[in-house]
Amino acid sequence: MSTLSIENVSMRFDLPNGSHVQALKDVTLELQSGELMSVLGPSGCGKTTLLNILAGFLAPTEGRIMLDDHQVKGPDAERGMVFQQGALFEWMSVRDNVSFGPRMAGRSKSDYMGNVDHLLEVVGLKDFKDKAVYELSGGMQQRVALARCLANDPDVILMDEPLGALDALTREKMQGLVLKLWKETGKTIILITHSVEEALLLGERLLVMAPRPGRIHREYRLPFADDGVGRDLREVKKNPEFAQKREEILSMIWDMEEEIMGRTEETAG
Amino acid sequence: MILLIIYVAVFALSFFVVRKVLRGAMTRSDFTSLKTVTFGDESAVRPDRWASVISVVTIFLLWGAFTGSKWVPIHAPGPFVGETQFTYTLEAPDGTRDDATVYAQVFKVGEEVSAPEVDPGDGFAKNDSIVVGAWRSELLLMDKNDEVSRSDGARVVAIDGQPVDQGGAVEVADGTVVVTSKGALNFSPSKGMQMEPIWLPAPEAVVARVGEIASQGYQNFTLWEHLYWSLVRVIVGFFFGALVGIPLGYAMGLSDWFRGWFDPIVEFMRPVPPLALIPLVIIWAGIGETGKIILLFLAALWIMTIAARAGVSGVAISKVHAAYSLGASKWQLMRYVIMPNSLPEIFTGARVAMGVCWGTVVAAELVAAEKGAGMMIMVASRFQLTDIVLMGIILIGVIGYGIDILMRKAEKWLVPWKGRV
Repeated sequence: MSTLSIENVSMRFDLPNGSHVQALKDVTLELQSGELMSVLGPSGCGKTTLLNILAGFLAPTEGRIMLDDHQVKGPDAERGMVFQQGALFEWMSVRDNVSFGPRMAGRSKSDYMGNVDHLLEVVGLKDFKDKAVYELSGGMQQRVALARCLANDPDVILMDEPLGALDALTREKMQGLVLKLWKETGKTIILITHSVEEALLLGERLLVMAPRPGRIHREYRLPFADDGVGRDLREVKKNPEFAQKREEILSMIWDMEEEIMGRTEETAG
Repeated sequence: MILLIIYVAVFALSFFVVRKVLRGAMTRSDFTSLKTVTFGDESAVRPDRWASVISVVTIFLLWGAFTGSKWVPIHAPGPFVGETQFTYTLEAPDGTRDDATVYAQVFKVGEEVSAPEVDPGDGFAKNDSIVVGAWRSELLLMDKNDEVSRSDGARVVAIDGQPVDQGGAVEVADGTVVVTSKGALNFSPSKGMQMEPIWLPAPEAVVARVGEIASQGYQNFTLWEHLYWSLVRVIVGFFFGALVGIPLGYAMGLSDWFRGWFDPIVEFMRPVPPLALIPLVIIWAGIGETGKIILLFLAALWIMTIAARAGVSGVAISKVHAAYSLGASKWQLMRYVIMPNSLPEIFTGARVAMGVCWGTVVAAELVAAEKGAGMMIMVASRFQLTDIVLMGIILIGVIGYGIDILMRKAEKWLVPWKGRV
């Protein structure tokens, strides 16, 4: 259906003082339709920059992003985005937020309303559709953001730490919801997270990035996402293989963090 | 000074009365009442409505008490009114002295009175009589009827037995007597502590004026017409200011070229007080309606421009990104994201602009106008019609406050999400 390929993407920010930051260096990657990839890495590894390039908010200094046969040049409805803080429109009701994409595309109300109501039911907000979004809790707001993204029927969904601001219990529930939506809709999803556990649980593929310059450090293919669909995610976490992978990745990221700290101390000293 | 002491005393006294006496009867049962840390927690400070009521009542009571109002039971001591007398001692050039009595009739200004007939008495100094208005003073040429006058070398050496020189003053029973530098007597009856109506009229006089001007008008226009014209100018000026300012602010928030072009103009015009533009506007457009509306337009324009620009820059970038990734065009982003998102800022700006416009219109009318609230009080002050001035100030305040309340209500209705995001 659709293949997303990242071809030799580099990103360099020039600073006013003449030096520069290499946020990404020579990143190459290909995602098949329907794959769910989580991206992990210490802060400063360029994962948010990569996502912004994929969304089309930033143009890479080198390389290009291809979705099927055309190059990504700017934001577009084919690539939906879910932000850390809902980025919802407070002046619209829940339903108007979810139907934003179809409305902007000029589709008729009868055409999209059924799908919007269906999505609200899927994310469990059927009874809240006429509420104002600022009346909802943080978890509910993220559900609205997910439904809003899906209502637009994008080929690729980009998630920038979508569950990062939620409390632990809500977060676990939402992880299940993300898996469920992924299986039901068959969307290609790229999910950035700070939580190793979340990356393992949700990522069919898991990308660990390294900082300075931002690059792909290692890639895993994991069975846990498929296992977790429709199941209690706590069961998945009890899997010894899960625990072993978690330790492996955690120590990998710890090492990177320590290396950064050491380097900063050197420059500071 | 006494007024200040009374005011502070009422403040403190009512505080203790309300706290000790009334608090026992009423207990607050809302959530805040359970907070133990309230000193320093601004959210726990609620205006005490008792204090507000007592504060307003106190101002009116003090106003009434110090103007001799019929509406207020307690009065500050008023000016002396009635008959009084004092004696002066005249010394002839040969050293002989004689006493004479001055009978003074003090009347309320506006009443018809005539000087009392007095028996001239014996000796070379003869008794006198004078009439003095309350709060006024009267010069007494006491030697006019005396057998020895100042031109003969006679002079006043004592009043009520107290020795006095030229230029000196003596307190007598109901006033003060000053011996002028030329040797005559100047009698000022005691003024009491009340204000003369010409400085501060009693509340009932102001209320009576409201009725009179509302029905008969002042300077060719009724009260309502004066206020109506001031309001119309403000609304028209503000409307055009917003009509130009908001799109200009949006353009400045969205385009480099607009930002660069208008930045110097806006930044220069913003600190110029609108009042400073009055002379220029009068030169350009005269004192008619056009000039006023241009002035108010300029007063509102920069405030609204800056508010709209701030509204655009206040849009969270993630909302803009979200709208674009959902397929919105630039125009749709403008219509569905930037405009509603900037509403809170625009309302804040509109409230400020309305306040500034209301102040500016009154000031502009003070300078020159045929009608309007400012013109009304300015003309009244030239004729020392203090009650009209006071009435005008109160009504201007009430209307300004009313405008602000209306704007807040509109804001609550149109921007319900403000402060809740």
